[in-house]
Amino acid sequence: MAETDQSPADRSPITDHRSRISYVSTTNACKLCKPLGACLVFRGIEGAIPYLHGSQGCATYMRRYIISHFREPMDIASSSLGEKQAVYGGGPSLKQGLRNVIAKYRPALIGVATTCLTETIGDDVPGILAEFREEAAGETLPALVRVSTPSYSGTHAEGFHAAVRAVAEQLGEAGEPTGAVNLFPGSVSPADLRHLKELLRDFGLDGVILPDLSETLDGPALQDYEELPRGGTPVARLRGMGRSRATLEFGRALPGTTAGAVLARRFGVPLRSLGLPVGLRESDRFFRALEELSGRATPREHALERGRLVDAYVDGHKVVSGVQAVVYGEEDLVVGLAAFLAEIGVRPVLCASGGRSGRLAGAVQAVTEGLLPEPPAVREGADFYELAEEAEALGPQLLVGNSKGYHLARRWQIPLVRVGFPIHDRFGGQRLLHLGYRGAQSLYDRIVNALLEVKQEGSAVGYGYL
Amino acid sequence: MILEARKDQVHRKGDEAFALACNKDSLAGAVSQRACVFCGSRVVLYPIADALHLVHGPVGCAAYTWDIRGALSSGPELHRLSFSTDLQEVDVIFGGEGKLEAALRELIDRHAPKAAFVYSTCIVGIIGDDLEAVCKRVEAEKGIPVIPVQSEGFKGNKRAGYNAACSAMMRLVGTGDTAGISPLSVNILGDFNLAGEIWIIRGYFERMGVEVVANVTGDGRVDDLRRAHGAALNVVQCSGSTMDLARMMQEKYGTPFLRVSYFGVEDMAESLYDVARFFADRDPGMLDRTRELVREELAVLYPKLQEYRKALTGKRAAIYVGGAFKAFSLVKAFRLLGMDVVMVGSQTGTAEDYRELYEITDEGTIIVDDANPLELAEFVREKDVDILVGGVKERPIAHKLGVGFCDHNHERKEALEGFVGMLNFADEAYRTVMSPVWRFVPRRAEASHG
Ligand code: SF4
Ligand code: SF4
Repeated sequence: MAETDQSPADRSPITDHRSRISYVSTTNACKLCKPLGACLVFRGIEGAIPYLHGSQGCATYMRRYIISHFREPMDIASSSLGEKQAVYGGGPSLKQGLRNVIAKYRPALIGVATTCLTETIGDDVPGILAEFREEAAGETLPALVRVSTPSYSGTHAEGFHAAVRAVAEQLGEAGEPTGAVNLFPGSVSPADLRHLKELLRDFGLDGVILPDLSETLDGPALQDYEELPRGGTPVARLRGMGRSRATLEFGRALPGTTAGAVLARRFGVPLRSLGLPVGLRESDRFFRALEELSGRATPREHALERGRLVDAYVDGHKVVSGVQAVVYGEEDLVVGLAAFLAEIGVRPVLCASGGRSGRLAGAVQAVTEGLLPEPPAVREGADFYELAEEAEALGPQLLVGNSKGYHLARRWQIPLVRVGFPIHDRFGGQRLLHLGYRGAQSLYDRIVNALLEVKQEGSAVGYGYL
Repeated sequence: MILEARKDQVHRKGDEAFALACNKDSLAGAVSQRACVFCGSRVVLYPIADALHLVHGPVGCAAYTWDIRGALSSGPELHRLSFSTDLQEVDVIFGGEGKLEAALRELIDRHAPKAAFVYSTCIVGIIGDDLEAVCKRVEAEKGIPVIPVQSEGFKGNKRAGYNAACSAMMRLVGTGDTAGISPLSVNILGDFNLAGEIWIIRGYFERMGVEVVANVTGDGRVDDLRRAHGAALNVVQCSGSTMDLARMMQEKYGTPFLRVSYFGVEDMAESLYDVARFFADRDPGMLDRTRELVREELAVLYPKLQEYRKALTGKRAAIYVGGAFKAFSLVKAFRLLGMDVVMVGSQTGTAEDYRELYEITDEGTIIVDDANPLELAEFVREKDVDILVGGVKERPIAHKLGVGFCDHNHERKEALEGFVGMLNFADEAYRTVMSPVWRFVPRRAEASHG
């Protein structure tokens, strides 16, 4: 049975009852498409290459998008389907594509995600892969994981979680217990992943992290160009996920059945569901889980970080207190950010996401309970047009989310504190830390400084002390 | 590293007689740097700033193309928004025409655009929505041109998208009043006004005494396009994207066209001279004015260029860009800086393009069509390149290998056209090639330690 830190009420979908005009068209979407999320997950596996079964454009666009954020190579193979294949089926192209990818990249795993096109023409990817395996009988093939990611139902966040689940389902094996702990952190930055790894290490825990982008999308300068970047969790370790001691899974708005739930059901690996550890309270929950899993107290270094964070909260509270913020992005991140902002005294007045899990409002309410004078407006399935319309009336003083809100920050002349994916207009998006006490500290410093800057810029005096 | 099936798309000059396969579909699994038909038409039409650009399809195709380029407008900025029908499962099952129609109505009412372009994506081609019929209905109702752009991603490559865009624009051309247009007039085709480049070029034409009727499509306007057939000449930059429109206009309206390039000193000057020569019998003084213009510009440019040249002479450059025409100018521009071009390739070059590249490059130069990251990395290494010119997707290849980089694609924010553009380009090349950081990258660090 899955253990959880959340009460059942936290999980129940509470939808927003305020009336709103609903638009037919989408203007400046606050989401991306499903296969992009899957590609990110596959990139977090050692020696893996993401493969899109579809036409060439989707793969190229996603590569471009991801490269702009991480500034790292991101190869995504594609079946490059043309008109003929769209009519007669993409099976032969998929097989030929796999052959070419194997020849060129010698990958340990190929993660095959479908696109809208191949879902619509009804290509039977599991069947094609089975045929491919049969035809290659006697050869050693890389592991093949497939995930169905039609973008006309769901967002990149859902594609991300679907891919994590597909890996757990298709690779997880029963057998000798490994004593390891599975960690499904969701879509977080390489810097966050490095911090999570450090924490697991410091608690003496052996973690199997999926995905682990800490090196693959934030690698060092190299002697030579690597076909596939080093790093990522090895396939063998992922096979062992079914034999781990426990699973930790982040996200309070996860869509549908999760990877953790699959492993719990199939192999009896106990699941602990937590929110993304953003801010003090959500991090406390995470640290408590680490203490329980490891049987160790929080190491002094980390306890000190917590202490310093509280100290900083106090020192900066008057700068942030009562400031009205609009938060947007992936649902789980929005929940985490709302929890954090509420606890430092900022008032998230609008929490919006392009996703529509049906869980956002309930989760936001749960993590901000008792901290806010009134609950924030929550918008699911929102685009930036609706977001702007709604926020305009609320008069926010701060925006927190990815780069795509920049045009609003510019219009309203308020600061945008960049968090999440994508960050296309600043340097170092891949090195932004926002998890744990240390992540909260860095977020907090950035927010306080952003507000101080506004004050300083807006002052006639030009204060040198603030 | 080069897949067997791609061998005939790579040539090393000097090896054997020149033949290069091109304009093929990308190979499955080859990780092509190319995009799709939709991308091609989006690239071309997007900068028309007072039109509504609605992408009919699931969210991704529109989201990835939201304001990704630096196409500037001197007025309306409708083009910078990303509109999509964000098709959902029910639309895929029952058809998306109803949603498209409603979305168009809603957006036209909201933004009052001068025209609307409706792009079809892969999935629309599969579910068979009748774009043409929907557009016709909305057009009749709203009284503005509503133009379908047949750009299903899988129906060819980027070039097919250029063609779809040109066909769409052709529906506008010829529908406006041409009264008052000077006999010394041109349309600027194939420039996207990245970082305001069209304003530089228009400035030159102004000094020459040439009226610009329509910018196609950078800083573009629907009404200008409608009267574009009144211009005496089409000046077409970048062989790929708007060549089709020039050809269609020639056929239908007899408008002659000139192929030009605004990159590099030689090509920039030659382009202006060509236009002046074209108008020579109508305005005999134009050629002199143009010479004067070039002289003035060069007087400013040359001394500064010499400085860059001193530092950059002998450095090696690799070029991988979308259109091949741009590559010609880049080869010449690098020569002007004293640099050697050792690799050159494009995503969409034609047989003539590659033949021309073959003619102008040095022995040993690698010429490649539709490359991918592993090949590009191999060439960069093999030729020990100092700078790679490309777009966002090529940048990490260069940087990982410890090589300088210049963004010469649609997303750049530096003006590289015109005489001043050459200076910007030289400056960018200098700043990246001569940066001290290369001393610390593993590949170079070892070399310097011997
Ligand atoms: S077709 Fe689907 S998968 Fe491809 S880019 Fe568009 S939304 Fe994404
Ligand atoms: S779905 Fe088709 S049109 Fe859209 S990006 Fe992919 S290939 Fe291009």
